[in-house]
Amino acid sequence: MARPADLELASVTKRYGDTTAVDSINLKIKAGTYCCLLGPSGCGKSSTLRMIAGHEAVSDGDIVLGHDIVNKLPPAKRGTAMMFQSYALFPHLSVRDNVAFSLKMKGVGKVDRSIKATEALKLVDMTRYAERLPAQLSGGQQQRVALARALVTDPQLLLLDEPLSALDPFLKIKVRAELKRFQRELGISFIHVTHSQEEAMALADLIVIMNNGKIEQMGTPREIFNAPSTEFVARFIGGHNVMPLEGRSISVRADRLSLSPGGGDGVAASVREVEYQGTAVYVSLATDAGIEMTAIVPERAFYQQPFETGDTVTVHWNPDDIHELSASA
Amino acid sequence: MLEMKSRWAPYWQAAPLAIVLLIFFVLPLLVTLAVSFWTYTGYSIEPAMVSDNYASAFDKCLASLPDLCTTFRTYLSTLKFCLIVWLITLVLGFTVAYFLVFEVKSNNMRLILALITTIPFWTSNVIRMISWIPLLGRNGVVNQWLLSVGLISEPLDWLLYSNFSVVLALVHLNTVFMIVPILNSMSRIDKSLVEAAYDTGASGWQTLWNVIIPLSKTGIAIGSIFVITVVMGDFISIGLMGGQQIASAGKVIESQINALQFPIAAANAVVLLAIVLMIIWTLLRFVDIRKEL
Repeated sequence: MARPADLELASVTKRYGDTTAVDSINLKIKAGTYCCLLGPSGCGKSSTLRMIAGHEAVSDGDIVLGHDIVNKLPPAKRGTAMMFQSYALFPHLSVRDNVAFSLKMKGVGKVDRSIKATEALKLVDMTRYAERLPAQLSGGQQQRVALARALVTDPQLLLLDEPLSALDPFLKIKVRAELKRFQRELGISFIHVTHSQEEAMALADLIVIMNNGKIEQMGTPREIFNAPSTEFVARFIGGHNVMPLEGRSISVRADRLSLSPGGGDGVAASVREVEYQGTAVYVSLATDAGIEMTAIVPERAFYQQPFETGDTVTVHWNPDDIHELSASA
Repeated sequence: MLEMKSRWAPYWQAAPLAIVLLIFFVLPLLVTLAVSFWTYTGYSIEPAMVSDNYASAFDKCLASLPDLCTTFRTYLSTLKFCLIVWLITLVLGFTVAYFLVFEVKSNNMRLILALITTIPFWTSNVIRMISWIPLLGRNGVVNQWLLSVGLISEPLDWLLYSNFSVVLALVHLNTVFMIVPILNSMSRIDKSLVEAAYDTGASGWQTLWNVIIPLSKTGIAIGSIFVITVVMGDFISIGLMGGQQIASAGKVIESQINALQFPIAAANAVVLLAIVLMIIWTLLRFVDIRKEL
């Protein structure tokens, strides 16, 4: 089976002509980590992944996997495997032949190939579909086949490029749980590129938030959610109200705001929008100074004292919930 | 009422094309088939139902085996040209299509280059062929250049009115028929498949053989049908570029038509059609071209 290995990026840079897509990033990922590269489109997360995968040349810096610098190695020699966004299954080959493809390229005999492919398919519970063509499978099934194809080479590191973006929301959550389970069972590192903070929070041991080719912040989902270091992170991760306070920039979690009818201590604001979300009600607010905020109020609390659009309310928060932000990097 | 209408609608929509095909394709074909059983003399053609024309097309062919009769030799020579031209256009067409799809990065450039490949079609094919003559003739540009460089001491004869010039002209005329369908199916190949192949450790040749060629198969088949049908029936290029010295199935039919021997020309045409259909049928056994439609 795969030998889990640590991955280290040492001032890795990617330039396309004059533009710098990835700007000298440093990153250490311990073996067996589920790491999510998170950021808006164009932030450099995909370029980073593709450099680790060996599909994009490194302009500067080193990629170290285990004990080896792998900058110059082709993907198959690195011990990495990549799962593509649209899965990139070969449409003319059966599921079994898709999974066995890399073995065939290596010159493994037909029988061994079939045995190993079947093993990989068993892992993702797809043996029943071995003879089908990719077009005859659902999105979720195709994803499992792509996973099996990536795993058949026993990679030390699995790279996933927005693997859930092609699935419908319901399936997304199901497949997400499966990915996490596979990662746990295999014990290798997964590096997963996504622009959905929800996905990253649900999956990651380590979230790396990128912006403009730089790492904005990295940490566990809880660290990041409770202590976003910059305004960008606080806004991107969501659930935070970023506002100025005495010349500084602060954030307060949306679920830490409480609302009361006009008057009393706190900030006066008017209710712009009330969104019912089941377990909680999202109240959009705007202060007289034009600062926008969102309060997430538990359903029961909200309906004990409901507000409507246009009401004037007072917003309170505990001083302990104020989190200082540094200027955006 | 509405149901009636919608049930017949598809037939009405298909009718114009069906009628055109019926009048200009099926009907002439049936007439040819019918005429191939008629009888003729030096001055008359009479409707009949005899197989004489087929018998005389293959006159003494079976009896003289293993020596080849003229008809067999003609078909063999036509098939030989067909095979050579098919192979060359296939390699050229595939290479050009591959270059356009996988090597040219900018879409505009790809479009421009693809249009350039169609330039031979901007003039009639007779003009295209005739323009080879000043190039390849005994005192043509090529010979003069080779002489002046000193590579040869006297002009090369085989450049024009030879098998070489026939193949050259046919390749020149038909390569684009190969390029376009292959380009069409190749450009539908998802680029991430090539990346996926690279990711799994496939070399360039392995990717070509295991991914790109299988996925271009329908284009290759369609291009092959175009080239094979055109070359099998050709008599202008083979006549003109072969100095009217090289026999071909199409040429036989043409000279019979010129002699107003329509029934035997029709019989030969039916035989040629049968052979071409057999080749295409064989091709289609390997490839499902419906995927491309």
